[in-house]
Order: sequence, then C-alpha cells, then structure tokens
Amino acid sequence: MNETAARWRDACLAAALFAVAPAALGGVLLRSGAGPVRDRWAAALGAWLPEGAPMRRMPHGIADERLLGGLDLTATLRLGRPVAQRGLLAEADGGVLLLPMAERLPPGTAARLASAMDRGEVQVARDGIVATLPSRIGVVAFDEGVLDDEPLSPVLAERLAFRLDLDGIGWREVQGEPAGLPTRDAIVAARERWTTVRADDAVLEALCAACVALGIGSARAPWYALQAARISAALAGRDSVEHDDAELAARLVLAPRARQLPAPPPHAGQDETPPPPPPSEPKERQEEEEMAVPDQPLDEQVLAAAAAAIPAGLLARLKMEQRAAGAARSMGRSGATRLAWRQGRPAGTRAGNIQRGARLNLIETLRAAAPWQALRRRERGGGEGVAVRPEDFRVTRYRQHSRTTTIFAIDTSGSSALHRLAEAKGAVELLLADCYVRRDQVAVLAFRGQGAELLLAPTRSLVRAKRSLAGLPGGGGTPLAAGLDAAWALAEGIARRGDTPLVVLLTDGRANIGRDGQPGRAAAEADALKAAERWRGSAMAAVVVDTSARPEPRAKALAQRMDALYLPLPHAQAATLNQAVQAVARGNAGR
Amino acid sequence: MAWTFPFSALVGQDEMKLAILIAAIDPSVGGVLVFGDRGTGKSTAVRALAALLPKMHAVVGCAYQCDPATPCGDCQARRAGGAALKSHRVSVPVVDLPLGATEDRVVGALDLEKALAQGVKAFEPGLLARANRGFLYIDEVNLLEDHLVDLLIDVAASGENVVEREGLSVRHPARFVLVGSGNPEEGELRPQLLDRFGLSVEVRTPTELAMRVEVVRRRDRFERDPEAFVAQWQKDEEKLRRRIVKARERVATIDAGDAALESAAKLCMAVGTDGLRGELTLIRAARALAAFEGDDKVTDAHLRRIATPALRHRLRRDPLDEAGSTVRVERALAEHFGA
Repeated sequence: MNETAARWRDACLAAALFAVAPAALGGVLLRSGAGPVRDRWAAALGAWLPEGAPMRRMPHGIADERLLGGLDLTATLRLGRPVAQRGLLAEADGGVLLLPMAERLPPGTAARLASAMDRGEVQVARDGIVATLPSRIGVVAFDEGVLDDEPLSPVLAERLAFRLDLDGIGWREVQGEPAGLPTRDAIVAARERWTTVRADDAVLEALCAACVALGIGSARAPWYALQAARISAALAGRDSVEHDDAELAARLVLAPRARQLPAPPPHAGQDETPPPPPPSEPKERQEEEEMAVPDQPLDEQVLAAAAAAIPAGLLARLKMEQRAAGAARSMGRSGATRLAWRQGRPAGTRAGNIQRGARLNLIETLRAAAPWQALRRRERGGGEGVAVRPEDFRVTRYRQHSRTTTIFAIDTSGSSALHRLAEAKGAVELLLADCYVRRDQVAVLAFRGQGAELLLAPTRSLVRAKRSLAGLPGGGGTPLAAGLDAAWALAEGIARRGDTPLVVLLTDGRANIGRDGQPGRAAAEADALKAAERWRGSAMAAVVVDTSARPEPRAKALAQRMDALYLPLPHAQAATLNQAVQAVARGNAGR
Repeated sequence: MAWTFPFSALVGQDEMKLAILIAAIDPSVGGVLVFGDRGTGKSTAVRALAALLPKMHAVVGCAYQCDPATPCGDCQARRAGGAALKSHRVSVPVVDLPLGATEDRVVGALDLEKALAQGVKAFEPGLLARANRGFLYIDEVNLLEDHLVDLLIDVAASGENVVEREGLSVRHPARFVLVGSGNPEEGELRPQLLDRFGLSVEVRTPTELAMRVEVVRRRDRFERDPEAFVAQWQKDEEKLRRRIVKARERVATIDAGDAALESAAKLCMAVGTDGLRGELTLIRAARALAAFEGDDKVTDAHLRRIATPALRHRLRRDPLDEAGSTVRVERALAEHFGA
C-alpha cells in the first residue's frame, strides 16, 4: 500500500471509530480543500452514523441566535407569548456538526462550541430565554487553510480526537472501499457495547507515557486515545483493549498532536530507533510498522506506532509556528473581528426612527411594546397579534472605535549593531505594554539577510508579542527596501480593514541588499528611498527610530523621504521614544 | 441525574484547588482567576464546587436566595406586609455565564411572558440574581464581550445590581465570587477586571507520568460508573466539607497580628503592587488559609503559601523584565523570608 492509500485507509478508519460515538470522541479535524475526496469521506461518515442522526452544516459567521438559540420572533409575535427557538447546537444533538472553513472560525464561536461539547448541553441565556438543552455532538472541522496557517482555534482543536490530512489523496485512490474497514453492522454493535470494553492499566500507562515522550501536554489527548482504543476493540468484537487497538489509537490520536520526537528507547535495536529527522519517506513508515515486534513491551510499541505516524515535516512546521507564534492564524481570523469593529460595538439601544440605515433592534422594540399589549388590545377591542407603534421602535447604537495597529519593522541585520538591537527591543516592549493598555494591536516585522519576515501578525496578546521578540535573531545583510515593502503591504491591509496603521521603523538606514536580493550599497539605498516614497502623501504615519550609535544622516534622509518623525535612539531613552510614538499615534488617529 | 466529578478526586493542581477553597471559606477574598494550559481540569474543578459546598439557608420564594438573617429589600417589604419569611436549605449556586449571553439575561429584564400575555410589568431576574451568595463562573473569560465586562466590573465591586431599563427600576443584591478561567494566548484581560479577582492561579500540565496516568484513570472510572465513583469519594468530600464549614466558623476569630500585617505590607512593597487591595487580599487569604489548616493565627508560612496567587496579577507591568510575574513574586518571597 502506498503512502496516500494508507492515509486514506486511516481516514476511513477514523471515520468509522468516530461514527460509533461522535460525542465521546469530540470530533475530527480534517485538513483538506473542498473537493470530491472530502465529500466522499463525509459521505462515508454519514452512512455510518446512526439512522436519523442529524448531520448539520454550520455556516461561516453564524450568529449567536442561530447557534445557541433564542427568541423566535415570528412565533412570538403571532402567538403573543414568548416562544423559544432552538439553535444549531441543540438541533444537532446526537449527531454531527460540520464546520466548513473551520480555520476562519472566530475565537468566540469556537469557545461556544467547546463549551457545548464539554457539557453535552447548550446553555442559552438570551433574549429573555433561559434554557439548557441537550447537545451531544461530534464536530467535523474542515480546515482549508494553506499549509503555513496555523489551523483552527486551539480551544476547539484540543477537543477533536482525530486529525486527518486528505491533501494529496487522488480521486482514483478513494474508489472502492479500503480493505479491513468495519461493516455497518459491526459499527452498530460497537455503539452498543464500547463503553463496557475494559482497558487495563498497562494500556493507560502506555498511552500516557507516549504523550510525555511526544511532548503532548493536554490531559485530553490520552483520554481520547483511550476512548479510541476502546471503540477499536469493540469494533473488532473484543472485550478488552489489545495492543493493536492501543497502537491504532496512538497513530490516529497521538501522532498528529506530537510536539517533539521521542528520545530513542535506551535498549532498542538500531534499526528500530526512529531516525532523528521525522520519517519523511512513506517507505520508512511502512517498515516501521512492520517492524513492531509483538513481544515488545506495550509502551514501546505504542510509542513506536505513534512516532512512525508523525506526519512528515511536522517538526519543521512546529519550529516555524513557534517563531511565528500563531501569527498566520490571527491574520486569518482577524478579518471577521475587524468587520465587527468597523461597525463599532453595540452600545445599547435608544428610541428612534428606522431611518438613514439605523438598525432596528427587534427584541428591544418588542420589549418596549410588550407591556402595553393588554391595554392596546382593549383599545382596539380585541384581536390577535402584537400591536407595535412607532414610539416603540428601538434602534441599535454603535460606538465607533478607531483602533491603531502599530507595526514594528525592525532591522535585525549585522549593520544594526547587536547591542543596539537589545535597546530597541526594550523600547518596543515598553510600547507594547502601552498598546495593550489601550487595547491597540501590535505587529512585528523583522528584516535581515534576504528579506522581511512577519514575526507577529497584528495581535493584542502581550504574551505572544514578547515571545516573538525573545527569539529575534540578528546578523546578515540589510534588505531595507524589502522591509519597507513588507511594512507597507501590512499597513495597507490594516487601513483597508478600517484601522489606523502606524509604522515604527527601527534601522540605522544603511541598506546593502537591493529589492532584487542582490548585494550592493548604492542600488540598495536607492531602492530603499523609492520604497519610502510611498508614505509621502499617504495618510499613513510613520516613525523612523535611528538605532545607530550616532545619529546617521542616511536614516534621517529616509525619514524625510517618508515624511516620518525622526527619532535618534541615543537621544531618546525608551520612555521618551514611547511618548513620541504615542503622540504620533494620537495625532494619526485624529486625522 | 447528572453526576459531578468530586472535588477531592481531582489530581494535583494544588494551587488552584487551594485558591478555590479559600474563596469558598471567605468570599470577601474576591474571586479566583485560573489561567493556563488546556485540558488541566479548570472547568471540572469549578463545577465540582457546587456539589462540595455545604448547603445554605435561604428565604423561600426569594429570587435572590437571600439570607433569612439579613433579608433583601423585597423580602423585607414582604415581611412588613405581614408575610412570614420561611427559610429552607439550598445548594450554593454556581452559575455559569455562558458566552453569547445577552445583557438582558445577565442583569435581568422585563418579564416578556408576563408582559405579552397579561400586560403586566414584572422584573425577571437574570444570571447575576441567580449567582447571589454563590459563584459566577466564566469560562474563557478573556473572550467575554466588552459591554458585559464593564457590567461585571461594576457589579462585582458594589455587590449590587442596578437595573434601569424598559421603565423598570430595580436594585437587588448581587454578591458573588467571580471565578474566571481562560488561556492567556487568547488575549489579555482588561486590567480593571483583573483587579476584581482576589486570587490568580496558573495551571500547568502535570509533568509526572504517574500523575498523568492517574488523571486519565480517575476520569475513566468516573465516566464508566459515575455513581460508584462518587460514592467512593463521598467520605473525602464529606471530610473536606466539614473542614470548610469549620474554617468558615473560625475565620473571623483568626488573629492576623502585627507581625503578619507588617510582613504582608513589606512583601507588597517589595514586589510593587498598585494600591492597597493586594495587601488586603493577602491578609484575608492568609487568614482563610490559617482557618482551613486549623491554626489560630496567621504566620509567615501562611503568607508565603498564598502570596503568589494573591499578588501575581497585581504587579505593575514591567515589560523590560523578561521573567514572568510569578517569578518576580517568588523572588521577592525568597528575599523577604529567606530561601
């Protein structure tokens, strides 16, 4: 069996296990673009779910009233008494909720889902309705992110037992069922009895030990692995968890969560030791599986199974993620948040007319009308329905919020002497603390060597920002033009979303790598000035902080070209620098 | 019936458990904020609390389950009107504030049903009313919407909920212990809200294998046969409950003593906390701890044990200090008390 076929088979196996007990396993994180392979997987899952179990699709950007439930206005108005409406979470009870574009899921929605999954019920406290409705659901999150994106909100990802990757599996490979899959009857039977399957302490210890070895922190991982092992045993008609079940669980649940490669077991033979780089060749993986000798101790066997299944390139990706610290993800999800900000946050309601695009708040309007119903009915001499009069109208008020995103573009090349860099970092952190207090956002860009790198996408998290600065590497050439280009692109994106970008450029102005990546001082500096030109005449403010030991004319020239505030760091202690940037930010927001 | 995981069966996470117990012994300590890794039993601990705490006396028919000894305004009015106030024993409320709750359900609003059907203007109490004299739990507290945060900050400080909407004008007691949990990666908490929490604990995944195995084992036993599991832990729960009751009775008699007060003040100065609230919380928490441990007076040992959770979220932010606030408090502790 080749690598993609093996992957497809595992994906089908996971679907079968999941179909036995969706709520107990939480769900599946499916990395795959939309397409026939994914549809086929979903169809297989649907066929294995219990008869009549709901399989509902959650639209992107779902509102709370549809997700959690609330007041059914039409019915309320018709009947003249409050009628509750169930939300999607309650409607999907006993079945599966599908999440397309899960990587774009706003953190708030993810947290609501997580809460329902934890409790098996959804708590509604909205629009005059208080209720607790059963919501035992499994979640299938379709992650369509491109490779470098950090997928899905961790709050939700944490609660999904399986992580599958369907990318690269061809249409031809999914024709016909892979061998060795459980039958529908076996699934129905397993659903009845999997909770009675025993697992002895050795299995538990092996799974927990594998988690430790793979650097998996959460207690949910071994828990889900245990459930998966149990279900696997039940599918095979066994009463207790066998080695095979534990191995399968380790492969499907633990391997994709690995944060590190296990240290080689002390007394294992040389050829059994997982190679230090992640097994990237499918061949190796096959060999690894076949090599698991049955009389090996269970914990080693489980670990070997998990280690062998660690996806190729996972560790390389991890390293990148640590550097970017979730940067890409907040990029992806911030769009929706921003949209809400652009409209401002709802700041209560007030009486008013529905004119000039004001949004009528139906609930509040209804509430305003409610007390008078008995009276008005009497005035009208009976009749059904609710009498709403213009004086009842309530419109939602939004508070406009102008938010500044400060982009730090930091020259970390060799020419910006390293000791100055430490000082610059101090200044940046001071600014960060203030941004955080004002609830502004911060992004960090670094440029050195061949180009610029986004270390931290706009965020409000001080923890993340500090982490991105901690590992700031230095040295190499100075691609000033590339740094300016990257800063401009980021700033433009922010402005387009309705926020105010402020670029703080920390450099000594001495460029030596041109736009094309070629070394050469003259060309590089010309390129940099050209890139700086764009700020001139734009509404975007910038600050150039000169990090050289003595004020550097080139940095000053750059600042002039950008129409930016020029601040030499020798004169500016971190605190002064902070004040200056604040002042620019304030002036900027007022523009 | 739904079973709750017993509090005493939680593995490890001693700091979190202690902080929650201290808040249960003396609610005036303020709330508890639990920040940290996922899957470490944050929610489980809070939900276990409801079953653990001894029942309390409350006035029958009071929407705010007020104390018969100090009845709320509504109940006083009822008594003045000639009605006798009966009391009964109820569980201490542990109310969830679900994300996505709307303001009307949090503070309370016009009773829609009565208004629509009978044309009567009546107040329908919200979650804050239900949490009175108990706990209000917010999971993922850093994702809570801003306008709800504002509201909570105000009510948590005043202990009273004032509703002025839809022609209603209601005020009712809303004294509760705020318990929040979340992950700092999801975003920071507003400093004002942070300040409302008396104690702040950080939870980490246990690194010891034996402990991790035990976590999974106990959860497994609980899920397979909750009734038997709860019965198995009943004795421990009972014991813990008695300790809480006793500590509550004794906490007022605990002598803080000048030495302890001075120690606390010096400690707060050393770590540089803003305002007096840190000192106050530290002393109150140390007193509750002494009561819980069966000691008569607050000693340095008590202060030392509770100083980190009482102070770590009150330090002035110093972004230039690479070490986290926990390390800073511990450094000050070591300096003050000697290593």
